[in-house]
Amino acid sequence: MRAVGAGSTPEALTFDKSHSGSRGYDLPSSGLPRVGQAPQGAAGLLAAAAELLPNVAMRTEPPVLPQLSEAQVVRHYTRLSQLNHGVDSGMYPLGSCTMKYNPKINDELASLEGFSSLHPYQDEADTQGILELLWELEQALLAIVGMKRISLQPAAGAQGELAGALMIRAYHRDRGDAGRDVILVPDSAHGTNLATASLAGCRVVELRSSERGLLDPSALRTALSDRTAALMLTNPNTLGLFEEDIAEITTLVHQAGGLVYYDGANLNAIMGKTRPGDMGVDVMHMNLHKTFSTPHGGGGPGAGPVAVGDLLEPYLPCPLISRRGGVAGGPFFLDYERPRSIGRLKGFHGNLGVAIRAYSYILRMGAEGLTRASEDAVLSANYMRARLRDLYDVPYDRFNMHEFVISATRQKARGVPALNIAKRILDHGVHAPTVYFPLIVPEALMIEPTETEDLESLDAYIEVLRDIDRETRDDPRLVMDAPCSTPVRRPDEVRAARDPILRWRPAS
Amino acid sequence: MGYLSLTEADRLGMLAQIGVSSVEELFSPIPPSLRIGGLRLPAAVSELETRAKVRTMAARNRPCRSSSFLGAGCYAHSVPAAVSALVARAEFATAYTPYQAEVSQGTLQAIFEFQSSICELTGLDAANASMYDGPSAAAEAAFMALRETKREQIVCSAGVHPEILQVVKTYASGPSIAVEVLGLEVETGRTADPLASLSRETGVLLVQQPNFFGMVEDTAALAAAAHSVGALLVVIQNPVTLALLQAPGELGADIVVGDVQPFGNTMSFGGPSAGYLACRQPHLRQLPGRLVGQTVDADGRTCYTLTLQAREQHIRRSKATSNICSNEALNALAATIYLALLGPEGLTELASICLERAHYLQAGLSTVPGIDPVFTGPFFHEFALRITGGASAFASSMRRHGIDPGVPLGRFSPEWADLLLVAVTELNSRTDLDAYIESARAVQSPEETYEGWSPS
Repeated sequence: MRAVGAGSTPEALTFDKSHSGSRGYDLPSSGLPRVGQAPQGAAGLLAAAAELLPNVAMRTEPPVLPQLSEAQVVRHYTRLSQLNHGVDSGMYPLGSCTMKYNPKINDELASLEGFSSLHPYQDEADTQGILELLWELEQALLAIVGMKRISLQPAAGAQGELAGALMIRAYHRDRGDAGRDVILVPDSAHGTNLATASLAGCRVVELRSSERGLLDPSALRTALSDRTAALMLTNPNTLGLFEEDIAEITTLVHQAGGLVYYDGANLNAIMGKTRPGDMGVDVMHMNLHKTFSTPHGGGGPGAGPVAVGDLLEPYLPCPLISRRGGVAGGPFFLDYERPRSIGRLKGFHGNLGVAIRAYSYILRMGAEGLTRASEDAVLSANYMRARLRDLYDVPYDRFNMHEFVISATRQKARGVPALNIAKRILDHGVHAPTVYFPLIVPEALMIEPTETEDLESLDAYIEVLRDIDRETRDDPRLVMDAPCSTPVRRPDEVRAARDPILRWRPAS
Repeated sequence: MGYLSLTEADRLGMLAQIGVSSVEELFSPIPPSLRIGGLRLPAAVSELETRAKVRTMAARNRPCRSSSFLGAGCYAHSVPAAVSALVARAEFATAYTPYQAEVSQGTLQAIFEFQSSICELTGLDAANASMYDGPSAAAEAAFMALRETKREQIVCSAGVHPEILQVVKTYASGPSIAVEVLGLEVETGRTADPLASLSRETGVLLVQQPNFFGMVEDTAALAAAAHSVGALLVVIQNPVTLALLQAPGELGADIVVGDVQPFGNTMSFGGPSAGYLACRQPHLRQLPGRLVGQTVDADGRTCYTLTLQAREQHIRRSKATSNICSNEALNALAATIYLALLGPEGLTELASICLERAHYLQAGLSTVPGIDPVFTGPFFHEFALRITGGASAFASSMRRHGIDPGVPLGRFSPEWADLLLVAVTELNSRTDLDAYIESARAVQSPEETYEGWSPS
């Protein structure tokens, strides 16, 4: 990351760098009278346009946007990028985010003109290549998770969750059971699960985790009722623990007339070892930007394909990628004849640029590679836990899966909470883990190394945490003042929320 | 193998440290009845074989060229080389949500610049860091308006893209919210007088600008109608048009959404792109999605951070304004860089070129027997034509001439089987426009013969 001199702001805004008269991109001339011969400048263009749009309210002046040369724009965003930490820069063990290495071949293939220049409404004869790729991706994903049919439409995990919740409600409505409007979630659930339930018009009931950090079948039994639409859970859960009673759990929910939604955010732990479909779940989503190596992009784009068993198949978002002549090998097409579909959550067909990357990844890894990936992910997480448990509390100190949670309670007792530990980690050129989640662990630090970290990197991160623990004893101020070697130091978040400044304004 | 970074020796050492003899022991919490012995998938393939296979699949598609005129919400615009180069930078692409602001100033400041650009274009006070796309942004905006007005009815113009209407209906099915559709005027193709359909139950009126058929709506009149019953106006606007049309925020729109795909993002068969959502100051706390705010750090330097997070799912959980977490940050970044490259003049020029060329093409095609414009009135860079003999048949014939003439609208409704929606951008040169008119004349003439089509 680029060092920034003390006292100087890293980078001015493009709007403030704007230099009147500069421009970074030219367009070919119109070749037509009005625009081609209009007086130079936006004013002339506006007047010419107004002739083609009679009685339409037009701008009187062009919008205020930065005026910069191409070199200035490139320098600006290059310098901004140098203020960022990405997984290519250093370890980024955010729990339940699976920040694994993003293979570069994926990016190369997704940007081939034969994909990037396709319009979603082209005649199907002209898009058989992409349809075949997406079909093969679907088949591979279904094989990995053991489900029956899938839609690649949802743009993110949360959208996949919404698709699932709406499908569940539609199923119950069709059976005359519209009164089922309660979704059960464990108290370790990710926030999106609860927000999704609300969006789907449901109430949420949280189930208390057992002392072993798991969903307790007897607590579940008590909570189930004839208003239960579904149970939403993640397995392994957000503590990184496998729900050992999962078979009993899904049976109980089904016996009570409900369905089971599986949040697939933690799929990286179990590929080739077990499958959600075998656990009895009815619907699930996957995160292509987690398990399947597509880049996180600073907050997207992702993709959250939703997969179902037989019960919910009619309700999948529309259209579905299909093949004429069944599996025998006819041409591919988009099937819009889905009378019981919940509809669509997104325009067009889905984040296919992301899907292409996932497909390329699956080809590269193959059956054995994906299984090995899960094994190494689980191995690395357990290794880190084994080498930290003497200094940090591990609330569930037994074999975890691809992630584990430590609690900074001992450090907090010395006056240093988890937040400050996270900030001090940043001074070492690596990214902090997830903090204060799951909510059921105090001073939580949720660590997911992933299988693409080498041993040296794991050991270095362990040393960082061990070092920081030492500091909390010897010189806590070092931790409390952190970070000090990042491009900026602690932002004043209170001020940001109290007087929000959310856009540039010209200096008056 | 693959992208794994541990060696066999590493693994043995790590297992010893944990105190187990094999990695299988770590999977012992999984009940034996659920264990599988591996995946039924093909074996791994090298990078060069992967490249070959996927390239073959790419070659089986026909990419759009300058002879394509497809629009309907996804448009072929030129993507500057600088945009592609910058969004490929690993520090942007391989980062995640900027929860740790101190090491995410690149992402955060770029989002602030995106928010600023959207506010400037829409004439509104605040914009978020992005939504999944225009259609889902419309649905979330409708929900926002219902929360603000405490009402439960959505009225949506029939001028809104049918897929956007579908998305709104799907989202509305969750809380069982009614969606009424408001028709178009037969002649002009604009939203018919809304007052007939609006009532004091209506929380929001949704319109698209330009509408699905390319017609320019009267935003000010629609805003007045919505406000007269105490409803909010949500405008779904193609951002290219914001360069020329008066800012919707100045015309009374309360929330403006849309898709920034035309700005620096390829079509990629429909995704990914990024939605934008902007609103007035009073509605700020009902905004879904992430917001970046400017503040100072411990040394007094200007810096950027996620703010007002109490609206969001990771804080507010079941009471959040939305469930959105990952959005479309990298696509929003592409749009931001694109706008910085074009600047006010470039963007005005872009919009003008699209506008003028579309009008030229429409005028030329209107002289072809068997082709008629469907609506009168002002249109931007898309227009609908009625094709004698059906739009799909016309399109097939035109493709044999190497031209993809537009989207046959029969795919949305059988009543529209005669309708073709034609979009024109700066990628369609004057030569392409003239070739279209000439080929259309040939195709629609009764003595159409063709020498057989060959790939261009």
